[in-house]
Amino acid sequence: MQTLLAGLAYDRWIIAALLWLPVVGAAAILLAPAARAKYIAFGVTLLEFVLSVGLWWAYVPSGPAVQFIAQHAWVRDWGIQYYVGMDGISVFLVLLTTFLMPLAVLGSWKGITDRERGFYALMLVLATGMIDVFVSLDLFLFYVFWEVMLVPMYFIIGVWGGKGRLYASIKFFIYTMVGSLLMLVAILMLYFAAGRQSGNWSFQYEHLLRYAVLEPRLQFWCFGAFFLAFAIKVPMVPLHTWLPDAHVEAPTAGSVILAGVLLKMGTYGLLRFAVPFFPAVAIGGTVGKVVIALAVVGMVYGALVAMVQPDFKKLIAYSSVSHLGFVVLGIWALTVQSVQGAVMVMLNHGISTGALFFLVGMIYERRHSRMLADFGGIARVVPAYAAILTVVSLSSIGLPGLNGFVGEFLVLLGTFRTHPVAATIGTTTVIFAAAYLLWALLRMLYGKITKPENEALRDLTRREYAVLVPLLVVIVWLGLFPGPVLRRIEPSSQRFIELVRLRLPQQVPTGPTVAPQDAPVVR
Amino acid sequence: MSLDLQKGLGLLIALLPETILAVWAMALLLVAAWTHKDPRALRRIGWVSLAGIGVAFLAVAWLWTAHPRLEGLPTSVAVDPFRWAVDAIILLGAGFAVLLSIGYLEREGILIPEYYVLMLLATVGMMLLAGGEDLFVLFLGLELMSVSSYVLAGIDRRREASAEAALKYFLLGAFASAFLLYGIALVYGATGSTKLGFIGFQVQSLQLATHPMLLAGLALLLVGFGFKVAAVPFHMWTPDVYDGAPTPVTAFMAAATKAAAFAALIRVLLRAVPLLHDTWSPVVWWLAAATMVVGNLVALNQKSLKRMLAYSSIAHAGYLLTALVSGSVGGAAAFLYYLLFYTLMTIGAFAVLVYKGRDGERTVTADDLAGLAESHPWLALFMTICLLSLLGFPGTAGFIGKWYILTSAIGSGYALLATIMVLASVVSAGYYLPVIMAMYMKPRLHAEVHADVSVPRVMRGVLTAVAVALVVFGVWPSGLLKTARAGARGFLPDEVVPISQGVPAAPK
Repeated sequence: MQTLLAGLAYDRWIIAALLWLPVVGAAAILLAPAARAKYIAFGVTLLEFVLSVGLWWAYVPSGPAVQFIAQHAWVRDWGIQYYVGMDGISVFLVLLTTFLMPLAVLGSWKGITDRERGFYALMLVLATGMIDVFVSLDLFLFYVFWEVMLVPMYFIIGVWGGKGRLYASIKFFIYTMVGSLLMLVAILMLYFAAGRQSGNWSFQYEHLLRYAVLEPRLQFWCFGAFFLAFAIKVPMVPLHTWLPDAHVEAPTAGSVILAGVLLKMGTYGLLRFAVPFFPAVAIGGTVGKVVIALAVVGMVYGALVAMVQPDFKKLIAYSSVSHLGFVVLGIWALTVQSVQGAVMVMLNHGISTGALFFLVGMIYERRHSRMLADFGGIARVVPAYAAILTVVSLSSIGLPGLNGFVGEFLVLLGTFRTHPVAATIGTTTVIFAAAYLLWALLRMLYGKITKPENEALRDLTRREYAVLVPLLVVIVWLGLFPGPVLRRIEPSSQRFIELVRLRLPQQVPTGPTVAPQDAPVVR
Repeated sequence: MSLDLQKGLGLLIALLPETILAVWAMALLLVAAWTHKDPRALRRIGWVSLAGIGVAFLAVAWLWTAHPRLEGLPTSVAVDPFRWAVDAIILLGAGFAVLLSIGYLEREGILIPEYYVLMLLATVGMMLLAGGEDLFVLFLGLELMSVSSYVLAGIDRRREASAEAALKYFLLGAFASAFLLYGIALVYGATGSTKLGFIGFQVQSLQLATHPMLLAGLALLLVGFGFKVAAVPFHMWTPDVYDGAPTPVTAFMAAATKAAAFAALIRVLLRAVPLLHDTWSPVVWWLAAATMVVGNLVALNQKSLKRMLAYSSIAHAGYLLTALVSGSVGGAAAFLYYLLFYTLMTIGAFAVLVYKGRDGERTVTADDLAGLAESHPWLALFMTICLLSLLGFPGTAGFIGKWYILTSAIGSGYALLATIMVLASVVSAGYYLPVIMAMYMKPRLHAEVHADVSVPRVMRGVLTAVAVALVVFGVWPSGLLKTARAGARGFLPDEVVPISQGVPAAPK
């Protein structure tokens, strides 16, 4: 396989193909008749996925840190480049995106009935934006796509969403914009600092990393700007309030992409930019403690709030807040396991929560309700649906043998060595997760049928199987054989930690984490 | 080509665009006096005046590409790329406004051919204002522009709002002119000259940097210009005037008038008193901050789209002031870049209002555009691009302009002002987005609600061109950035925004 890919010069064109194929597809959709829109969108996203699968083999874990590099000048006057590449972490986030996209298109088949062309064109543009965010190595490019992605999502929520869509979409837009515009100022501060230091003006990631030396006070503010942008996106408590609104109002595909990929952009940003640029502020000192505290609070708070939601979609939204807390905790714990675990949680959450949103969407299309109280005992009527929902819920809870377990376990394991208290409190989240999801399943699926309307529910259709089965396969596969994935993430996680430790000033006490030999990594 | 402005021919060539336009306006005035007041004649005069603007534009383009150099003594008119760039922007704005007026005047029953004459004369004034190297020429241009604008604001004299707008504009504008004139007098008293270059020389050689009379004069000049560019706290007249005037006039004032006044302000600050940068930059800093914050916050609270756009234009004046604070070439280049697209996107947004509205458009709210995307998808898309560009969203020229301004501000150490600017931009999302939301996400009240919205074929082409320009220069700004830098390099030697040394190789 590797020789085949090398023969195709796969590493040279893959990123360009992934980025620009959806744009071409979007243009085709706008020109084609409306009835064709979904077929084109599905074809393009499926092709994207097929193309991207090659990354699994083409990415060489032992190779250079960043692979598949492509570089062209864009705005020469300001030293802005089209500069993209992937490391082990980006590869999997891109794969997650390309994996979820065709499913999201397929999941919207029946749900989206008006202005289909617009919807599918926006979905494709969204795909370009998301992939670009994960592969950009030029901060200007990153920023542009980080922002540009807002527009398609804004329209997807605002045009095709539920009753409160107007409020939800504008809230989503403005929340994200506050953070990202401040980040823009911080990027420019780095740009000028690096430019003055080196005499070379560029927004390149490595360039800024090496030369941007800011005085401590400025470092603090710039970190604050980056952190705010990403923390809103993650979202971390107390900046999470846009998320339940957006999720509840978004159409199914919107929710899936929002939870599956968009939230990951926040944690990816923390991992790639906020922490490596300002490790002294981020990790050492009070800020680091505050972030860890916020992460833990988010985990517990999200879980507790999820428990009392009457609306299944809102319940999942709050569970996202809780799961993403794991990711932040894993990043800040700064051990190889915890970082690997954080990346795993990002992937698993994308898959499990995506699947949950699909399942909610499917039942909503049948009953036009998401309220748990409107169901009860429907397992008798829709056994296949109930079985799949149960498996996916168990994976989201973190049952060993399914994918959710691996990431959360690694995060907790890694965190325990550096921050035992946080890890201990975090562990309770797993229990809460079991509580809110199992209780929801109990009320929704099991027991006697409480409402006569539910007696005639139809079980899954073939199209719905086509959406869910790939997700189930990945859930089980990642649960049983996480090794190959972890192996590919490990070098990048290791590099992240080395980078951060290298840049940490010596006088900052780093506790027992400094020991370079980490415990053997779970394979 | 070298010009000697002491000689008649040299001066004529240097003032060629202004001369062409002024003669054109006079001829049109005569023609207007002899024609009947019927819609067809009015329409014809509109096209003829547009042709005049086109000819003047060609003259500017010729002068720009011919790179005239001055010989002999410095004179009262500038001959530098900055002037040509601003002239081109002003003419673009004027042409756009005239195009909007054709058809609008008939619809609103304003059958006054002198309307176009006044517009041309106002444009001449603006160009003089932007090109004056002498405070007297500046003042001349300012008055020509202002007097024409007062009349234009009140041209729909049967409507109360229009009359009110004209009176308010006149009273406050006259007041501002008086401030400016007094400022000119004091500066003359302190330095013995009204020529900007010579003032700069005197300030240096006589060490007048702390001279109280000069400082007082400068302060009065700032107040005068503050009125003209509608900077907070001198903005009080703007909403009522913009609201009451016919919409094409509003668009013209919001874009071109502001452009000219800003260009003059920048010229005065950078040519006459660059040495007083430490003195005036804090003042401009505060003006910029207050203008951005107040403009955006008040715009948030407007129901009428026309008033909202009026306040948004105040906010944009704040962004332009931010470009001025650093007093550098980078700032001036950022100013030029932003000014061009500010003109296009502002007039573009007003254009949609013109085609949607009736009776002066005072009552059109965002909700009146509900469902526009269904009946007029292209117009809605155009409006969306304009609004996103006004918001400074990546992928549009408005973003590159804002980015340029931010770069110039942060590069000169004004990070706090840059932060205020981005936060103010976030606020602006709160009033631009509801318009997009209404067009795309709200249903039409009834199927026929937008039936009377029709864009003439010519304007369809123009609007498409504007939208394409906003997107293309938002993605590939390089060429225009060079032009802007070349345009700004007229005055100052130093550099703030750096040029990268090509593209560094990828680190292995």
